[in-house]
Order: sequence, then structure tokens, then C-alpha cells
Amino acid sequence: MTHTTQSPERRLVPDRNGAATAAPPLARTRPRRRPRPRSQLGVPPGEAWGRAAWAFLAPVTLYLALFYAYPLYRNLDLSLRDYTVRSFVQGDAPFTGLANYRTVFDDPTFAPALVHTVVFTVVCLFFQYALGLALAVFFNQNFRLSATLRALFLVPWLLPLIVSASTWSWMLNSDSGIVNSTLHSLGIAPVNWLTSPSWSLTSVIIANIWIGVPFNLVVLYSGLQSIPESLYEAASLDGASAWRRFWSITFPLLRPVSAITLLLGLVYTLKVFDIIWIMTKGGPADSSTTFATWSYQLGFGNLLPAFGPGAAVGNLLVAAALVFGLIYLKVQRKQALS
Amino acid sequence: MNRSARRRLTAAVVTAVAVTAGATACSSGGSSSAKGADSKTYTIWDPYPQFDKTSDWAKLLDGCGTEAGVKIERTAFDTSDLTNKALLAAQQGNSADVLIVDNPVVSTLAEAGVLTTTDDNKLDTSKVNPNLLAAGQSGGKTYGTPIGANTLALYYNKAVLKKAGVDVASVKDWKSLTAALAKVKEAGKKGITFSAIGTEEGSFQFLPWFWGSGAKLTALDSDQAVSALSLWKNWLGKGYAPNSVINNTQTTSWQEFASGDYAFAENGTWQLANAEKAGFQYGVIPVPAASGGDAAAPTGGEFVTVPVQKDSGRYATTQKLVSCLTNSQNLLETDTTLSYVAPTTEVQQKQVAANPKLKPWVAAVQAAKGRTSDDLGTKYPKISEQMWKAVQSALSGSASPKDALGSAQSAVK
Repeated sequence: MTHTTQSPERRLVPDRNGAATAAPPLARTRPRRRPRPRSQLGVPPGEAWGRAAWAFLAPVTLYLALFYAYPLYRNLDLSLRDYTVRSFVQGDAPFTGLANYRTVFDDPTFAPALVHTVVFTVVCLFFQYALGLALAVFFNQNFRLSATLRALFLVPWLLPLIVSASTWSWMLNSDSGIVNSTLHSLGIAPVNWLTSPSWSLTSVIIANIWIGVPFNLVVLYSGLQSIPESLYEAASLDGASAWRRFWSITFPLLRPVSAITLLLGLVYTLKVFDIIWIMTKGGPADSSTTFATWSYQLGFGNLLPAFGPGAAVGNLLVAAALVFGLIYLKVQRKQALS
Repeated sequence: MNRSARRRLTAAVVTAVAVTAGATACSSGGSSSAKGADSKTYTIWDPYPQFDKTSDWAKLLDGCGTEAGVKIERTAFDTSDLTNKALLAAQQGNSADVLIVDNPVVSTLAEAGVLTTTDDNKLDTSKVNPNLLAAGQSGGKTYGTPIGANTLALYYNKAVLKKAGVDVASVKDWKSLTAALAKVKEAGKKGITFSAIGTEEGSFQFLPWFWGSGAKLTALDSDQAVSALSLWKNWLGKGYAPNSVINNTQTTSWQEFASGDYAFAENGTWQLANAEKAGFQYGVIPVPAASGGDAAAPTGGEFVTVPVQKDSGRYATTQKLVSCLTNSQNLLETDTTLSYVAPTTEVQQKQVAANPKLKPWVAAVQAAKGRTSDDLGTKYPKISEQMWKAVQSALSGSASPKDALGSAQSAVK
């Protein structure tokens, strides 16, 4: 709409890189700036136009400020002050700089929580992706009932997390869980899935993989649809085996979709909280504590909340997610260029 | 960096924040306003969401309001939610007029300067049993009055004990209890279930054994404390207690007992109604102390408190409301509804007269001890957290009871 009133000779002036070298018309004082368009409704350029632009921007700006910027600012503020219950209420918590972060780094829980967060994220991502891809390729064969079966695979995704996590914790119960009774009937000694420090992390990882597979399946399946059938036909004519077809056609052509799936999965997995909290509360003895559960434990898991350190751990998570957000951007730009 | 890249960077920042802020941000937005605009409306916050508008409890509140000539606006919260809600409301300067909170929270709120003392609000606490009132006292001041109390004891399944040939009267101390559990196991049944989960519930359940050994909360690593934790550890090792106790809440532990396979279960007054429904004969004994006698169990139950108001003129009416809520007749009704033991001897006697099954519970409550008593106040939450961690470490086998309690004690310091 705004382009309709542009004068033709202005359009000839390249408004990006070429602008500096092109001889500007005398009338133009600032050649690099985009011409301010005139509204069709007759609003003259100037103050009113700026106000209108701001009015259109206002809802989204306000929304971002209220629901994203302010909570983030509050969380940062919480993490930089020494909050006790008293100073929380009085609002006079002294600024202590990075003291809360030092507390968190020096905490004996820090190292295990970091290791668990990394192991949890990496292992979950790997298996979710591998299983998702295998299932996507499988369902891509379009056999009878494949649509029905594929729909069934979505169930974990559709269930509320509290339902699936509680169900897992019943199934993995040491004494009355179905998993142990199955193992027993096979003659294998029962495993204390949720109550042994050496198994609790494995148990929550298994549950989280189960929950994450459908997402990978759906995205990768839709990616497979976009690979032209003719490539496979050509490959079969050349005598390529199924294995070769997968590694030489499917996998490389799926790379853009895979990158997005993995990066989204990474951000989702990093912040997983509900499953771990419901199944093990991060225990026993911190053996399944990740940054997400630790942050909650500090801020809300005690009668006497430690808001400062809790917010500090939360911010570390935000920073980690941000790093991966940047990697995502970089990958995306590289793909756009290639 | 060109503009679109910068815009995308902003988008990435926002996305990253959005996904994590949900779990971590402690925003003060969206707090419900507690204060009615006019001076004729008084607000009451309680942790009883199970009672709706038509319940006796809600009617009692309205009745007390009418008596004091004001309108009552009641909001019910989930217990675990109420502490943070109360802190936020105080931060915003719109605390409720009457706040009913779980007893170990009282000292935290008092420390935050949210609550008035009985010197200010003129509540009469003279009839309340001192051991119950102690949970609401800190630094020589009293911050409220209990509305009712509950505590822990051992439920037992009569049929299971009979089959195992155990006379419950023989269970007097830890040794005889362990012997009874051994007999039950020999008879092919399961011994005892409790909750050792890694939350306040786990500490609550461990305390009768901890105190029963003679240990004090100020020294988590004492020999007595180690003996209490070793007792539990030993039960797990020998199979007298199931390994699932490490993840049991008091509710899941009760479900195990209700299956009918267990001889004993450590649980609270509030399960009485469920015990009647369990479909087997049950009995109740106090938790035994290490070498005989009854161990002190921790008190549960809520306190009626009066948060600080900007307008101190409101306290007079608030005091009338609280006195109405805690007069003998109303206490009897409320505590019967809640399945609690009343905080005054007078009402306790009436309760026992009406329902003789409450007798062991009244005795248990009279012997019980507040978690924040002994002037521990806000030190208790920290001690408790280390205690449940030590219990979890020892029972799951990641540390010996002695080492687990040793590191717990050094973490408290």
C-alpha cells in the first residue's frame, strides 16, 4: 500500500549498498534513508505518521514488555540481590552482585546437576531423534493401518504430563510396579528404578524419551514427504540397497528438517521439569537433579524459599537456552545462504 | 550486523526467555487482591480448598462475620501455595485480615514481618495446650492460635498381626517393634510402610523416630540420630519395609497399607476416615521411643493468624472474628469436620466422649512437639531439608547413616 505513491525516479536509486556511489538527486539530502511513504488516506508524513506506527506497534510491544521483558528483568533482579523472606516482603533486599551465583557455583549440588542436565539432554535427544527417524522411515512405507498406528504413536504427546509421569512412576515402583514384576517373571532381579541413585536418572530419561519420540516422528515424517520419489526410483535402478538409499538420499536431504528438530528438542529437553519432579523429585540424594528441578527446589521446594539462588540457577538455564538459540540462528542463516 | 539479523537475534532471545521463564520466573504479577474496598468487608485465607461455599466451614466463617457485623470474603488455597501467596500479598501491601496457615510456616511469616503478635491483636491463647502453641512462638512472642492439631502414630492391621502371632501390647520399644516386623515377614506378610520422600513430608515422618532416639534437631549427627536412621535403613535392608518408601508420599504409603498386606503404617490423624473404609480391622498405637515409652511426634495442623494491616483499626474486628472461630463450640465442630484433634484440653475431652477412637490420638497430640519449637523458628526449614536429604541418601544406599547425617549437619552450619 505504501509503495503506490513512490515517485518513479526514487525507485531507481538503489537504497542499499549502491546508494553511496550513485549520484543522489539534488532534492535528496539523506540518500540512504528510505523515503517516508505517504498514506493513501492523506495523512501527511511527519508526526502523525510516527504516532500511527507506534500505535500499531504498541500491543505487541506492551505484550513483550509485560510478559517477557519484565519477568526476565525481575528474575535477573532476584538473582542479584540477597532476598530473605523479610526483605522480600519489605522490598529492601540489598544488592549483592554475583554473590548468589557464587553460592550456586560453590554448592555441592552444582556439579552433579550440571552433569545430569547435560547427560539428560544429550541422551534424550539422541534416542528421541534416532527412534523418531526410524519410525518415520518405517511409516513412510504406507502399508495398511500405517496411518492408524502412526496416530497411536502420538498418544504420549497428547497426554498431560502429570498423567504420563505418574503412570511411569507407578510402572517403575520398586515393589508393586509392572516393570519389576515382568522382570521377576523373566527371572531377572528387580531394579529399584526410582529409589536407587544409580538408576533414577536412567528412569527419568526413559520416560522422557517416550514422551519426546512422537514430536520427532511427526516432524521427520513430514520432512520425508518432501523428498521426491523419483530419487529413490533412480537409486533402485542403479541397484542401491535400502541401507545405501537411506544414507545417500534420505539422511542428507532430511538435514534441514533434522537440524530444526534437534534444536527445538534441545530447548524443550533442557527445561524438562514436570517429569523429573513427579517421578523422583530430583532424588534420591540429588541423583536425578537437573538445573530445572534444582531451581524449583531452591525457590519453592522448601518452607523457607531461597529466591536469590533459585533465580540464579534459572538464569543459567536461560543463558544456556540463549546459546543454543544463537546456534540455531547461525545454522539457519547458513542454510539460507547455501 | 544487519537489521534483519538483529531482529532475529531479538526473536531468539525472546524465545529462549519464553521457554525458561515459565519455570523460573517468580513474578509478582497477577496476585489476587485480598482487600475489599470498604471497611465492612474482611478477608479470610485458608488452606481448605476441599470446602466449598455450602460447607459447614464456609457457613461458620459467614456466621462469625455476621456476629461481628461485617461481610466475609473467603479464599481457599492449596497448602503448598499459601506461603508464597501470603508473602506476595504482604509485599503488595494487601494481606488478608485472617490467615490460616500450616504451623511450621508461622515462624517464616513472622520472620518476614507479615504477622502481628498476640500483644497487638489481643488474641486469647490461655486455654491452648502449650506444646501446640509453641509452634507459633518465636523469640518469646506468640503469632497466632492453633485451630486444630494432628500428628503421627502407627496404624496396625489386626488380621496380619494375628496371623504372624504378634501381640500388639508387646510392641513397646524399637527392639520389640523390629522383632514383631521379623515375625510378620516370616509369616509371609509385609512389615511396615512409611513415607521417606525428599520433601517436608519425609522429615515429618522421620521426626518421631529421630526424637524417639533422644536426638535434637540442633545436632543432626549425634549418635542418637544415627541410631534412628540406622533403624529405618536396617528395616529396608532386611525387607521389613519396602524400598518404595524412598518415593512414598504419606498418601501412597497409606495406599500400600490399605492393600491389607502390611502389618504397620506410620500415618496421621487425617487417615481415620479412610481407615474405616479400608475393609479390615485396624488399631492405633503411638510411635514407640527407642527404649520404651512414647516418642514425641511432630504436630501438624493450622494456625489462625492475623497479618499486619496498614489500618490498625481493623484489628479489633479481626480479633472478634478469630475469637468466634476458636471458641470451644466452633472448635469442636471445625475439628470434627477436619478430622483434627482440638488444641484445648476442654474440647479434646468432648471429642473423646463423642468418639472413643480418638483417644490414642489425643494422647499422641498431647505428647507431640512443634517442628519449629525450641525456638528453632526459621532455622527449622534448613535443618529439615538437610534431614530429608540425609534420610534419602542413607536409605537409597548412597551413604551410610553416619556419613549422611554428618554431611547434613555440616551443610546446616
